Amino acid sequence: MSQIKINGREVPFEPGQTILEAAKAAGITIPTLCHLPQTQASGVCRVCVVEVAGSDRLLPSCETPAAEGMEVKTDSPRVREARKGILEMLLASGQHNCLVMDLPPEKWTSFQIETMSRPWHDQICPAHGDCRLQDLAVEYGVTVAAQEPPSGEFPLDDEHPMIVRDFSRCIQCGRCVAACNEVQVNRAIPAPWGPRKDQDPDQGWYPLVDYDNCTHCGECVQACPVGALFEKKAYGLAYANDVEKVRTTCPYCGVGCQLWLHVKDGKIVKVTGVENGSPNKGRLCVKGRFGYDFIFSDERLTTPLIKQADGSFAEASWDEALDLVANRFMEIKQKHGPDALAGVSCARSINEDSYQMQKLFRAVIGTNNIDHCART
Amino acid sequence: MTNSFEDFPKAKMFFIIGSNTTEAHPVAATFLKQAVQDGAQMIVVDPRYSGIAEHAQMHVPIKVGSDVAFINGLMHVLISEELYDKDYVQSCTVGFDSLKEKVLEWPPERAAEVAGVPAETIVAVARKLASVKPAMLIYTLGITEHTCGVNNVLSCANLQMLLGNVGFECGGVNPLRGQNNVQGACDMGALPNVYPGYQKVIDEAARKKFEEAWGAELSPNNGLMMPAMMDGLVDGTVKAFYVFGENLANTEPDIRHVEHCLESAEFMVCNDIFPTETTRFADVILPATAWSEDDGTFTNSERRVSRVRKAVEAPGVSKPNWWVFKEIAKRMGHDWEANSGQEIWDNEISVLAPQMVGIKFERIENDGLQWPVPDLDHPGTPYLHKEGCFTCGLGNFTPVEWTPPAEVPDEEYPLVLSTGRRLYHYHTRTQTGRCAGLNDLLGEETADISLADAAKLGISDGERVKVSSRRGEVEVRARVTKQVQEGMVWMAFHFREGCANWLTNPVYDPVSQTAEYKACSVKVEKLA
Ligand code: SF4
Ligand code: SF4
Repeated sequence: MSQIKINGREVPFEPGQTILEAAKAAGITIPTLCHLPQTQASGVCRVCVVEVAGSDRLLPSCETPAAEGMEVKTDSPRVREARKGILEMLLASGQHNCLVMDLPPEKWTSFQIETMSRPWHDQICPAHGDCRLQDLAVEYGVTVAAQEPPSGEFPLDDEHPMIVRDFSRCIQCGRCVAACNEVQVNRAIPAPWGPRKDQDPDQGWYPLVDYDNCTHCGECVQACPVGALFEKKAYGLAYANDVEKVRTTCPYCGVGCQLWLHVKDGKIVKVTGVENGSPNKGRLCVKGRFGYDFIFSDERLTTPLIKQADGSFAEASWDEALDLVANRFMEIKQKHGPDALAGVSCARSINEDSYQMQKLFRAVIGTNNIDHCART
Repeated sequence: MTNSFEDFPKAKMFFIIGSNTTEAHPVAATFLKQAVQDGAQMIVVDPRYSGIAEHAQMHVPIKVGSDVAFINGLMHVLISEELYDKDYVQSCTVGFDSLKEKVLEWPPERAAEVAGVPAETIVAVARKLASVKPAMLIYTLGITEHTCGVNNVLSCANLQMLLGNVGFECGGVNPLRGQNNVQGACDMGALPNVYPGYQKVIDEAARKKFEEAWGAELSPNNGLMMPAMMDGLVDGTVKAFYVFGENLANTEPDIRHVEHCLESAEFMVCNDIFPTETTRFADVILPATAWSEDDGTFTNSERRVSRVRKAVEAPGVSKPNWWVFKEIAKRMGHDWEANSGQEIWDNEISVLAPQMVGIKFERIENDGLQWPVPDLDHPGTPYLHKEGCFTCGLGNFTPVEWTPPAEVPDEEYPLVLSTGRRLYHYHTRTQTGRCAGLNDLLGEETADISLADAAKLGISDGERVKVSSRRGEVEVRARVTKQVQEGMVWMAFHFREGCANWLTNPVYDPVSQTAEYKACSVKVEKLA
C-alpha cells in the first residue's frame, strides 16, 4: 500500500484518495468548512489547507490527491496562521451577531444596533452553539477587533413558509448548492458560474433559490454550516446547547428515515436528519423535516369519549370507557360468536401496538378478523 | 423489498413501474436521482410523466391498467430474441415453459395496442433492460392498486427472474411500501390469515405454538379482510368494529358506501389522536399517544426494524395503544404481562416471530436491523434469495393474462381517473394538515388533466371544475399539466373536500382485496 507522511507519521492511502481522506482514515483531523460529505469537494473556503513539502503554496487537502512519499503538515504554525486569516475574513464579512464578534467597544455598539435592526437579528444568531464558523473561530483564537465590521444591505428571502435565507450571514461556502444539486438532485440552487439573470452582478453571488424546482426538503438548511439558512418554525425557540437530541424514525412514508428530534422543555423545536444513519444518510424530505408539530395541535383528543343517545360525545374516565368496550365486546361475542367482531389495525403506529391488537382479537376475542390498510 | 435502499447509489440500471417516487418516497428518490447523475440507467414506466420520469433516460407512458400486457410484451422480446438469462432460468426457477407459452401470445404489436405505446418502444425497452445486469425493479401502488394487482406483481417477479436479477445486490423486486409501518403491521400479523412472522392461522403447528404462548384457544379459520368486514357491517354478520388509527371514511374507495357501512355498525370503537371523519361513527373514542409520545419500533420497506422513541409527554390522559388493548384484555379475563414497547418486543414478538429472533431493543439503539435476523449475532439481511436461492426452493414463474380495469371509459364517463399521493401531505392530512407551513405549500385538492383534454373541454389552469363518476362528484380546481396523458385525470385523497375517494370504485383484487384506486371512469365538466 502507498504511504504518505502526515505530521511525521507514515500513513497508508488508496490511490485516488485526497490528503483529507487519507488523514481522516488515519484518525488525523483536518478542519473543513465548505466540504459536504457525499458531494464533490469544491475547495472554495480553503480552511483545510495544509503544508506540503516542495510546494510554496499551502494546498487545500480536500482537493489535493495524496501521492507516494508526500510529506504533509496539517497543523504547523504557518497552516494555523493561514486558517486564522481565512476565518477572520469570513467572520468580518457578515453580520454574525454572536459572541465571537469581539469588536472593540465603540464599533461593537454601532454594529449591534445596525445588525439588530435587521429582520431575524433581534436575537443571537440561531446557529449559536452549532456553528462551524463559531467553533473554528474559537479553536483558532480568531479576533475581528482590527477589522471593519460589515455594513450595508444583504439579500434576505423570508417569504418561504418554513425556511429563512438570511444572506447577511452567508459565507458563500456552497454547501447548500451541493446539498440541493448533488444530494437531493433538485437543482433548485444554481451554482455561481454560468450566465445568471437572477442576480445583480454588483452585489456578488448569493445562493438564491429557484422555487420552481424547490421541493422544500430543507437539505440546504441542514447543510448550512452557519446561521444563514434556518428553519422559521424553530427561530428563537432554543439554541443547540439547551436541547436534548432524541433519535427516532419518521412517521410518514415507508422509507423510514432516521431523525433527530431537538427537544426543549418537553417540546420538539426542530428536526434534522441523522448523518450517516441508515437508510437515509442524513437526508430528509419536507414531511420528515417539517411535519412534526401536529402532535402539539390543540385539536388532539385528550380524554375518552362516549357517544350519548342524542349523538353527541361526552367525556368519560378510562374505567368507564374501557368497561363499556369490554362489556359490549363480551355481550356481542356471547350472543353472536367471536366472528361478529372485527378490527382494523394501524399501519402508521408502532409494531408493538399492532401486535397487541391482533393478540386481543385472536387470544381474547377468539377471531382472526383482524386486518389493516395493508394495501395502501 | 427483496433488496435495500443501500443498493440504490450502487445500481447501474433501474426499471421503475407505477411509482411516484419523488413524491411518495422522496428520500429514496434522492438516491435514485443521484445514481442517474453518476451514470446509472433508468427506465420509468408510468402513465404520468412523474417527477422521477424527468430523471430517466426513457419514460414509457403506458395506459392505466395495461401493465401485464406491457410486461408480457417485454418478455416476448426477451424470449424470442434470446436475451433472457438462460442459466439462471434453468438452475433457479421452475415453470418457464408455461410462461413462455403465455408470453408468446403477446408479440410487441399486440402489447403495444393495449399499452398505447409503439411496438418499437417495447422492443427497445426489453433490449435496454437486458443490456445491464443486474437491474433493480422498483414498484409501488401503481402496480398493486388494481383489480389485477396480484397479477401485476407476478408479472414484475416473472420479468426479474427471466432476466436473472433476483438474488443479487442491486437487483431484485422492490415494492416501496406506502405507509411508514405498513410492513411492520403485516409482520406483526395484523392480517386475517397469519400470526406474527407470517405463520399461517390454518396451520395446526403454528396455531398450537400460539395457543401455548398466549394461553388461549385460537380460531382455526382465516378471518375477514377489510372489504368483507365492511360488507359484514351492512349485512349484520359483523356487529362490533374496532378501528385503530385509520381514517377509513376518507381513505377507502367510494366514501358514500364506506360511510353507510360504518353507520351500520352496532358498536364501534376508535383509538385515535384526533377526531376524524371516521370517529364520528364511533360509540367510544379512546385518546391515544402519538408518534414521539411512546417507545416502540417501525419497520420500513427494506424490512429494517428501527426504534421510535418517546420525546415528549402526551396531552391530557391519552394512553399508549398497546396499554389500551392490554386493559381491554384484562377486563375480558386475560392478564398480559408485558408493560412497555420494549417488553412486548423483546419478550413476545422476537420470541414468536422467527424472522425477529435476533432483534432486541439493545441491538437497535442506533441503526435498525433488516429481518430475517435468525440469531443474536446475525447482522441482518440486506437482500433476500441470495444468488437466486429462493426460500421455497426454486423461483416459480406464474404466467398471467391481462385483464382490463373493472370500469373502462365510455361515452358518459370518458376519462380514466387514477389517484395517488402528493409531496406535501400524507393521507387524509390528520397529521400534515396540522403542521405549520405544509398547508401553505399545498392548500387544496386539484384535478390534474392533460393539455389536450383541457383544450378540448375549454378548461384553463386553475379553473374550478366538476369531476364525477358513477359514485359521486367533487368540485375542485383543474391543474393543467404535461405530467398527465390525454384521456386521464389524476387526483389525491388528502382533502376531504375534493377527495378522490368520492369517485373511486370499490372493486378489489380477488386475492389481495386491494381496491382499484388507480382506475375508474369519470367525466370532467366546466362549471358555469
Ligand atoms: S429546500 Fe431542498 S429543494 Fe429547496 S433549495 Fe433547499 S435543498 Fe433545494
Ligand atoms: S423524511 Fe420523507 S422520505 Fe424520509 S421517511 Fe419521512 S416522509 Fe419518507
